[in-house]
Amino acid sequence: MEKGRTRVDLFEYQARDLFAKHGVPVLAGEVIDTPEDARAATERLGGKSVVKAQVKVGGRGKAGGVKLAATPDEAVARATDILGMDIKGHTVHKVMIAETAPEILEEYYVSYLLDRTNRTFLAMASVAGGMDIEEVAATTPEKLAKVPVNAIEGVSIEKAREIVALAKFPAEVAEKVAEVMVTLWKTFVAEDALLVEVNPLAKVASGDVIALDGKVSLDANAEFRQPEHEALEDKDAANPLEAAAKAKGLNYVKLDGQVGIIGNGAGLVMSTLDVVAYAGENHGGVKPANFLDIGGGASAEVMANGLEIILGDPDVKSVFVNVFGGITACDEVAKGIVQALELLKSKGEDVSKPLVVRLDGNNAELGRKILSDANHPLVQRVDTMDGAADKAAELAAAK
Amino acid sequence: MAIFLTKDSKVIVQGMTGATGMKHTKLMLADGTNIVGGVNPRKAGTEVDFDGTSVPVFGSVAEAMEKTGADVTVVFVPPAFAKAAVVEAIDAEIPLAVVITEGIAVHDSAAFWAYAGSKGNKTRIIGPNCPGLITPGQSNAGIIPGDITKPGRIGLVSKSGTLTYQMMYELRDIGFSSAVGIGGDPVIGTTHIDALAAFEADPETELIVMIGEIGGDAEERAADFIKANVTKPVVGYVAGFTAPEGKTMGHAGAIVSGSSGTAQAKKEALEAAGVKVGKTPSETARLARAALGA
Repeated sequence: MEKGRTRVDLFEYQARDLFAKHGVPVLAGEVIDTPEDARAATERLGGKSVVKAQVKVGGRGKAGGVKLAATPDEAVARATDILGMDIKGHTVHKVMIAETAPEILEEYYVSYLLDRTNRTFLAMASVAGGMDIEEVAATTPEKLAKVPVNAIEGVSIEKAREIVALAKFPAEVAEKVAEVMVTLWKTFVAEDALLVEVNPLAKVASGDVIALDGKVSLDANAEFRQPEHEALEDKDAANPLEAAAKAKGLNYVKLDGQVGIIGNGAGLVMSTLDVVAYAGENHGGVKPANFLDIGGGASAEVMANGLEIILGDPDVKSVFVNVFGGITACDEVAKGIVQALELLKSKGEDVSKPLVVRLDGNNAELGRKILSDANHPLVQRVDTMDGAADKAAELAAAK
Repeated sequence: MAIFLTKDSKVIVQGMTGATGMKHTKLMLADGTNIVGGVNPRKAGTEVDFDGTSVPVFGSVAEAMEKTGADVTVVFVPPAFAKAAVVEAIDAEIPLAVVITEGIAVHDSAAFWAYAGSKGNKTRIIGPNCPGLITPGQSNAGIIPGDITKPGRIGLVSKSGTLTYQMMYELRDIGFSSAVGIGGDPVIGTTHIDALAAFEADPETELIVMIGEIGGDAEERAADFIKANVTKPVVGYVAGFTAPEGKTMGHAGAIVSGSSGTAQAKKEALEAAGVKVGKTPSETARLARAALGA
């Protein structure tokens, strides 16, 4: 679970489009979501194509998600097979109809990514591409060159040549790969990417190098200067509750348990998941149903939005609201809970799940008093994190 | 003593005149912080009144330093302008920049970190996306509530804001020398290791509490550092033991860090370095009390 969920992983076809935009050599291709469209797309490519499942998981070739089509009819047949296929738990909703690759002589690997440890960027390059790079790193680390890239200096053609030399690319492709390293760096910076990876980068019979497959992850924090990126987010794949939460600006992740969780601050919420999971071990194995961080300064409206999402989850049997008032004032949170329950009731929503509320910190006494005075039949106050987690787990197990 | 921040620190606020900056400048003043100015080129020459304390606004960090002797800046500037604000602080060579701003693009934080290095690292950066640091009873540079606890003998370093507050609350009767929220962003300035080294050198700190989170390998590297360099007792907590594995595309990140980044892996690394690690905040507090004999 990424804190803050600021990473946007793209499909292959989206990565291909970004590569093309910045001059990384790619093959022609277009994405479709109905089999019949494979025909026209294949005709545009001269009558044959590769039909490639668009899923964000590796190993799709082995799973039968990549097929050659020698004719437009065959492309329709292969697209029919592949659309709807399940690949490692990912349903295929889209396929890319791609130009067939010329004869491939060699397969390489190149990427840029963030090196958190050294707080810099890193170029990785290998002549042993086409396979799982993690395996290359584990079994033949000498075949994977890792070169730090200074965020200010970037990658000039000289720097790119240095990377290529360290990775020991054959002389006849060295300059072409160096050029790819430059255009790939442009993609990385211009798109505010966290990862750009080409695997394989293929040397074909003509002597050219072409990016045949790739991965790109974008930094959602950069959306203020990347207005086109929002359209790249995969809205179909999101869980409906997650989509609803996102529309309301909430940081929510659906999990598979029974205790709904609301808290303030990603660290405290993550800690709350742990405490509830441990408590659940004494109560029939109930687990957290979600991660929901309402952030600092939560208003009644934010609390109502959060509660609405969580109470709308049929898996939720009880709810644990865990707030440590730092800047957030607990009396505001308490008012928010009371107002949220009234609001949801007035909207005709089913409000029947018990809430356990723990408030500590800023104005905790005031907040607790508001909850006591409201005396809502569904709301119980427990004043320690451990105690409240235990109560919430007990209530979920009893349902 | 305390680390990084004392009653003698002269603090300026970049972004003081914005809503967040105003709110927290008021709170920092209430905690006794010596705030000597704000920075906003469009409001340079004006003064802002905070319950009777008048704070001058300067046109730049350099000007504020020249006129006030400021040695700490707290940055509340919005994400789109944060990189320029931090670069300005680095250019002015202010000794400490505390970057509270949440949601800064990684290419921006990587750029200002590289820039600080190119200028000889004369500016210590804390954050971004952090609650700042507090030396209870002396000074508060950021958004950590000043009334949770009192001066004492525990030093705390944490990736998470609210877990910092929770842990300070659990151990409020013992008190803290300093508490530093370093932030959970992929690129941060001051690390667990920097804070551990400072607490080790601080005579008022008797015990160090270190709070981590899943992801990255900062805790593993901190464990190596503790083993080699820290003689004071260290108690740890890592959030996210039960967090499911996120959907990640490649594993290129794991190749770089060489760590799975799970809470269990971090706990094991810390325990191998002699750190007692709690499974929950309350258990961590009990371990800290036991280590102090309190």
